[in-house]
Amino acid sequence: MMSTGYEIRWHGRGGQGAKTAALLLADVAFKTGKYVQGFPEYGPERMGAPITAFNRISEVPIRVHSNIYTPDLVVVVDETLLHTVDVTAGLKADGAVIVNTAMSEAEVRPLLGGYQGRIYTVDARKISMECLGKYFPNSPMLAAAVAVSKVMDKDEFIADMQASYQHKFAKKPEVIEGNMKALKMTLEVFENTADENVEKSA
Amino acid sequence: MAIKDRMSGNEAVAYAIRQVNPDVMPAFPITPSTEIPQMVSTYIANGEMDTEFIPVESEHSSMSAAIGSEAAGARSLTATSSAGLALMWEELLLAASNRMPLVLTLVNRTLSGPININCDHSDGMGARDTGWIQIYAENNQEAYDNFIQAYPIAEHADVHLPVMVCQDGFITSHAVENIELMEDGVVKDFVGEYEPEEYLLNPGKPIAVGPYSVSNYAMEAKKNQEIALERSKEVILQVAEAFEKISGRKYGLFEEYRTEDADYIMLIMGSAAGTAKQAVDDLRLQGKKVGVVKLRVFRPFPAKELAKALSRCKAVAIMDRCESYNGNGGPLGSEVTSGLYRNKVMIETVNYIYGLAGRDFTVNEVYDVFAQLENMIENGQQAEQYQYIGLRKQEAPSE
Repeated sequence: MMSTGYEIRWHGRGGQGAKTAALLLADVAFKTGKYVQGFPEYGPERMGAPITAFNRISEVPIRVHSNIYTPDLVVVVDETLLHTVDVTAGLKADGAVIVNTAMSEAEVRPLLGGYQGRIYTVDARKISMECLGKYFPNSPMLAAAVAVSKVMDKDEFIADMQASYQHKFAKKPEVIEGNMKALKMTLEVFENTADENVEKSA
Repeated sequence: MAIKDRMSGNEAVAYAIRQVNPDVMPAFPITPSTEIPQMVSTYIANGEMDTEFIPVESEHSSMSAAIGSEAAGARSLTATSSAGLALMWEELLLAASNRMPLVLTLVNRTLSGPININCDHSDGMGARDTGWIQIYAENNQEAYDNFIQAYPIAEHADVHLPVMVCQDGFITSHAVENIELMEDGVVKDFVGEYEPEEYLLNPGKPIAVGPYSVSNYAMEAKKNQEIALERSKEVILQVAEAFEKISGRKYGLFEEYRTEDADYIMLIMGSAAGTAKQAVDDLRLQGKKVGVVKLRVFRPFPAKELAKALSRCKAVAIMDRCESYNGNGGPLGSEVTSGLYRNKVMIETVNYIYGLAGRDFTVNEVYDVFAQLENMIENGQQAEQYQYIGLRKQEAPSE
């Protein structure tokens, strides 16, 4: 009944960039002509505290200004949250959850409170270390969210992100290439696993 | 040509400030309004505007400096939230009573305690009787549009009062959403140059600002201030009309959403009005005759106009994002019901307190409120006339 578009909930820890990822996703979705919302929910402002961020992406103007309780997609940026936060609460049965972990989908499923829908894993640490030499999970997780949600075309996403990073990292241009590489590498991982998963759940 | 963009509420206000390019901005940072002076400082550092920015040591000083520069004849503004506004208390009254047409952009945040950084309207409501005009925004677009309309209202010869432009902390201030911006030249032409009739730095026409007034005259000064506030209603509408011509966006003292035939109306202010509109659309699909009145201008309070707008419905839910601690309801609840009574509109009202200190307010809760109003009228089920919504359920004591 409610037409609030496609809803995404991000779970991360302060300092990992979950909020930035949500704002960047709003940014690129806007460029494809969509109506967007990207906003964080702040708890205690400190590094490492659990934080939540949200996206609504819609073909029509968005008026609702509440948090998201029945998301289409949940993105877990920090797997240690699986033990303390009910990340799949309210997640739609035909939705999906993406977890940043080295574990397989089968290994992570028991930690997701009996969620029966699509589950994806992505090793953002490995990708980030390889592309950036440092652990910044938000670029791989952003690419994963785009790959799974299909809110926009992948080529369009890559082109827009190049511009977004040039703006965001105007004072740190040396990190742009690594972040772009991380996005592309993640998309490649999902080229294969995403399709497999869809077939499985079909 | 409108510029389609996406930005947060704070970014939108900072963008409008750059376009208006006021003369002086003293400011002291406080969450969640900190980004506004921060972004303005960046614009200034980049040479995109030439406002004189004064970093001060407190909000008491930022409002004092804003009054000083405004009295000198310079278009002035500041930004704050929560405890920052509370610390300005004395100066807020001075700004209004000395008839200083300055602008304050308020990013609404609760007041302590418990200490909390999130949204409610306690700060703005605490300043409701300081003589300022108060305009509230539903989203980033309205925060932007209201700021652009602020100086033409404040500086109008019939008004000469300060304007507080309010938006909800984090909910709109930190949320990125779509927005339509106007070109710099269009905004500059609309706001115009500030040409004060009387000001301190005018050697040809010396004046005193803020002198002692004996009892023989002080009461008339206060009455004149009240007359100006009452007159500002008409000016707010005139400015809105002119603004519609350049933007295509219509504003009034309040917005009536699907109320023509509504039996039940929710009266609400700020970002939650959007949530209420979505719920109304959903309930209309079920055949429920419901609507929303979104109050935009809280000061001057449009009591007569609201009473008329509500006169045809059976019951109204008056939503306060603020507790008054008077044992009788929130500020909106008290003022709307007194307005209804004086205008002989005898409809049922329920005053709900919601969303304090960032408590989320959802579409489902709007459904619940309308269900309670309907149950009260259709089934005679009495409702508490002053109640909280969204409180945690009390847990049973463990044995």
